Amino acid sequence: MKAHAILAKEFIADEARTDWHDETLWFIRQKRDKAAHTLPEWEQLRQWASEIKNHTLSKLDEYLVEFENNARQNGVMVHWASNGDMHNQIVYDIIRQHNITRVVKSKSMLTEECHLNHFLATMGIEVVDTDLGERIVQFRKEPPSHIVLPAIHLTKQDVSDTFHQHLHTEKGNADPLYLTRAAREHLREKFLEAGLAITGVNFAIAETGGFVVCTNEGNADMGAHAAPVHIACMGIEKIIPKAEHLGVFLRLLARSATGQPITTYSSHFHKPREGQQMHIIIVDNGRSRQLARADFRNSLKCIRCAACFNTCPVYRRSGGFSYHTAVAGPIGSILNPNLDLKSYSDLPFASTLCGSCSNVCPVKIDIHEQLWKWRQVIASEGQVAPAKKLMVKGMAFILARPALYRVAGRVGRWCMRYLPFLLNHKLNPWYRQREMPGPAGRSFRDWYIKNKKQ
Amino acid sequence: MKIGLFIPCYIDQFYPPAGIATLQLLEKLGCEVVFPLNQTCCGQPMANSGFANWSKACDENFINNFRGVDYIVSPSGSCTLHIREHLHHDQNPGEAERIRHTVFELTEFLTDILKIEKLDARFPFKVGLHNSCHGQRGLHLSSMSEKVEPPFSKPGKLLAMVEGLQLTLPSREDECCGFGGTFCVFEEALSVKMGKDRIKDHARNNIDYLTATDSSCLMHLEGILRRQKSPVKIIHIAEILNAPGNG
Repeated sequence: MKAHAILAKEFIADEARTDWHDETLWFIRQKRDKAAHTLPEWEQLRQWASEIKNHTLSKLDEYLVEFENNARQNGVMVHWASNGDMHNQIVYDIIRQHNITRVVKSKSMLTEECHLNHFLATMGIEVVDTDLGERIVQFRKEPPSHIVLPAIHLTKQDVSDTFHQHLHTEKGNADPLYLTRAAREHLREKFLEAGLAITGVNFAIAETGGFVVCTNEGNADMGAHAAPVHIACMGIEKIIPKAEHLGVFLRLLARSATGQPITTYSSHFHKPREGQQMHIIIVDNGRSRQLARADFRNSLKCIRCAACFNTCPVYRRSGGFSYHTAVAGPIGSILNPNLDLKSYSDLPFASTLCGSCSNVCPVKIDIHEQLWKWRQVIASEGQVAPAKKLMVKGMAFILARPALYRVAGRVGRWCMRYLPFLLNHKLNPWYRQREMPGPAGRSFRDWYIKNKKQ
Repeated sequence: MKIGLFIPCYIDQFYPPAGIATLQLLEKLGCEVVFPLNQTCCGQPMANSGFANWSKACDENFINNFRGVDYIVSPSGSCTLHIREHLHHDQNPGEAERIRHTVFELTEFLTDILKIEKLDARFPFKVGLHNSCHGQRGLHLSSMSEKVEPPFSKPGKLLAMVEGLQLTLPSREDECCGFGGTFCVFEEALSVKMGKDRIKDHARNNIDYLTATDSSCLMHLEGILRRQKSPVKIIHIAEILNAPGNG
């Protein structure tokens, strides 16, 4: 797998497209700002959301059991999966029990994380993603590049070409209304054919055993209401204690995600309807390990709004695929090292630590501070490239010795002045697209000794 | 009031005028300033690369240099933030803690401690202000676009006291320039793209100078400006605030 820096460089090679990607996501960040500024109590809401989540994480075991008991009493079948494979197997077993071959699925980042579609495809089951953006990338055999806007890396024309190929729409017709209608017709058929609907879960309420699924397209509802079997997949961190807490989270979620006051559909599921079977799969997949890490525990507060993606100056210019994982962006950079430190050791360095992510986060996760802390873990686990480690060690050696630092500075400045070719070449990543700083004749310290020291 | 002047290593080596202006400005405002001669670096390059344990010698050196002053003032938000958040010393935790609470970035010190209301400085140019992230979001030198909070800007307020200066802001008031320490070489493509975008945003205002509280951001932006052969010059905010006035 190529590292983030290389994938980012490849993305930026098409500068016009990079600008378009950056501006599209910045527009969403601005919509979020506007929505936040209409609520004078915005910062208070963030504080409440953070505290509710902190509290919940501190008693997660109790709330999960409370949720399970209440859901069971409502007639829902509850399953537990300690990892992605087990989750996938549970889904497959339910599908087999009912001899189902056609499955529809609304947006669920958890199933992306577990690679459910791939697993089911190898078992001969067709899963149709019913979120429009997810359906587009599914046609293209791509993963989502953004957790809320899965096809944000594609232009209207790209979508038109994809639909022409898969849905036989007119070649070159990139009218959004026309394309949406074509998708709708196609998806309606899939909803009617499906024997089973999979949805995600945005919030699972311990005191009621109910859960809430938020979409803008109503596709989760369409799937769950038409199919005889509904499976809702959730990570253990989706729990909130009480239904009244939804008043905090639903107000924050859509405003943070897209700048809407609320998602178009915020659907509350409590029990299976007459003749329907409803399952909930509660998945750990590394979350309890993260819960045990004091420095990184509060990353589990995340409600997957993607505000940190939209504000991140790195994400906007490198695209979702540069993070080579299901959950990209700043939050992905602090979640993924927990799942596989070696494979994702590049991600905490894909940041300038500017801190904008922490500021937009509706549940106040200290994302940029956790990026810094992951860097410490990565270095101590020996996952920093040897050349970089050597460079840092050299810096540390010089900067620890004031006299040596002064000599090194003098030699460095002399070389910059008289032997510029030593540095001014394309192997120096600074010089590739930037001039070196003009070398000062003398250091500040030398000036001070000459002019000020009594 | 005795002030220890902390000049970050890259200002010492590459941008001494920013250091000189800081010293002269503080003296002009009546402060007694000392420059401890054995200072090197705050340790941030190592710590941000994941090797915080290799910056312990820098921590110790910093404490040895700045023991006994009332305040430490530095023309860098980023280095100040690093000291404030990460300076530790196992043998001398009390002194480390005292320093963490008495280290200030220059514009923060002028605004919050000296409570400057007027300056005798003249700088008749159109100036773009780059809000450096660590100063802004870390030290809260100005309000942040992400937050719902009353607008304010410590650097902006000081620049408004300079005669003849026409202050401009880019359309994205607080987006990162892409320097990011070692990020600027290990994520070179992204770093430069971010810098180019900041410059483009400022260029819309037809500025003469681009200023900031941090020479690190400016060094990166200057590198791009000079490669583009742009007429826009960079200048540290201390140099503007220290520009000669009329009286």
